[in-house]
Amino acid sequence: MTKGACRRDFMLTVEECAEIKEELIHSPTPRAACVDALKVVQRHRGWIDDEALGDVAELLGMSSAELDGVATFYNLIFRQPVGEHVILVCDSISCWLVGSESVLSALERRLGIKAGETTADGKFTLLLTVCLGHCDIAPVMMLDGEIIGNLTQEKIDDALKRALSSPVDAENVGEDE
Amino acid sequence: MIRVLTRNISRAPGAVWIDAYEANGGYDALKKAVSMAPDDVIKIVKDSRLRGRGGAGFPTGLKWSSVLPLEGSARPRYIACNFDEMEPGTFKDRFLVDGDPHQLVEGMIIAGWSCRADMGYIFIRDEYKITRQILKRAIAEAENKGLLGENILDSGWSYRIFVHASAGRYMAGEETGLINALEGRPAMPRSKPPYPGTSGLWGKPTVVNNVETLSCIPHIVQHGAEWFASLGKAKDAGTKIYGISGNVSRPGCWELPMGSTLHELLDLAGGMRDGFKFRAALPGGASTMFMDALQLDIPLDYDALKDAALMLGTGTAIIVDDRACPVGLLANLAMFYARESCGWCTPCREGLPWVEKLLRAIDDGDGRAGDIELLLDLIKNIGPNTYCALAAGASFPIESGIKMFKSDFEEHIAQGKCPYR
Repeated sequence: MTKGACRRDFMLTVEECAEIKEELIHSPTPRAACVDALKVVQRHRGWIDDEALGDVAELLGMSSAELDGVATFYNLIFRQPVGEHVILVCDSISCWLVGSESVLSALERRLGIKAGETTADGKFTLLLTVCLGHCDIAPVMMLDGEIIGNLTQEKIDDALKRALSSPVDAENVGEDE
Repeated sequence: MIRVLTRNISRAPGAVWIDAYEANGGYDALKKAVSMAPDDVIKIVKDSRLRGRGGAGFPTGLKWSSVLPLEGSARPRYIACNFDEMEPGTFKDRFLVDGDPHQLVEGMIIAGWSCRADMGYIFIRDEYKITRQILKRAIAEAENKGLLGENILDSGWSYRIFVHASAGRYMAGEETGLINALEGRPAMPRSKPPYPGTSGLWGKPTVVNNVETLSCIPHIVQHGAEWFASLGKAKDAGTKIYGISGNVSRPGCWELPMGSTLHELLDLAGGMRDGFKFRAALPGGASTMFMDALQLDIPLDYDALKDAALMLGTGTAIIVDDRACPVGLLANLAMFYARESCGWCTPCREGLPWVEKLLRAIDDGDGRAGDIELLLDLIKNIGPNTYCALAAGASFPIESGIKMFKSDFEEHIAQGKCPYR
């Protein structure tokens, strides 16, 4: 069982620390691996709380403030709790032209939340995001790391149903290895 | 139809892997390159007149030759491939690598040889998860064949390529922002000079090139500078992966001779969707100026567009139809830029949210007389007063949009509401 803390004063697990150290092997400097290290924690916990951030900073020899400067800079590192499934809806120009606003309101209606919120049961977080690079199949959203395009009300409902019936595929959400 | 960059792209099973690539002449260019002196390869690239396909159009050969000479300069030296592709409306690099990853890998190895680099990084946006898997497998295949790694093709030269996934921020696609991101810092711009060729990643000489740019390299080395230069229709060289999105019948990407027109591109896309009329276009991602229906036959290349006070950008066009409110459209663009501004430079950090607020107010029917002039004045002061070019990029569509759609703005302000709603 690798769920125990990797150090007495750490909240990170043995598993998380091992994965972070693995990232460090390939990195020219510890700092260069900091986004990857944050992604390791996020893959395990969904988001990065202050304590985990502090542990990662210590492993990398950075100050918590420095690491937080990186963590809060990037859109896909979450410093607030998110639900089991994360939906990113593109609201940039190509999707806007073909109806991203109705995609968003369909999702808000179905989930009973506004963009930026998490459902009361903790199942879904709905976030707006910038262009996802799939404008040929706009309007587009990303659900648990999977791109879903040419969105219609029906496709949205299907995707939500599928997410609820299957556990999150950590392979897809996080790194490849 | 001419197929250079897309010649291997097909739905055939296995088409993306190394056996298919080599069977079609893949890696012959690398073998040729390593039999030549690096400077001679750079000369071919210079003579081909290849220009950077990421948006700025900087001559690639010139960039390569600006890297500090090996003698006396510190090592290691780096090639960084910019695969951030976060420019709104742009999806051409994903299309290229999903269909032919080895073309990019070969281009990056040749770039490494030419610039005498020790390591290459492919900086890819996190959302391209499948593409990243494809790339990693392609790199492993090349390593297994001795085309990458230690003592490549018995040349005595060693070079490795790593894939680094971003965590999402538009600024990471800016050359020096990308370098900071690779170092594990917020993707903020660096002051230039020194240019990355002198002091880039960890202060070492670094070349940053776009995916499509690097994908052109094997073909240039294999077939020669003259051949590549002759592919363009007008003054600029080569082919271009053009793309189109918006309310057209078939959004997508096509490879055409450099200097093809939006007219041709619209035809390939099957024209507008039923019920929509063409009104305007951003020819190369969001950060370019608007073109109108009278400009559809201008060759889409760097110089012809520049002569018309336009820009090629990434070459993936966004089509604006007659049912889209131009004020809402510009507010949407301003929201993107305001949100993605890294905050380093005050005019961009403070100016863009103000621009967005003004545009939103006009769109919501709360515009006031003088707002248009205020917007134009604000915009004028953002672009030229920042470290990086992305603020200027933000100002291009907004300034040109306000001018092109001025009557819509006036109508919004006069009526106190959006006439499109």
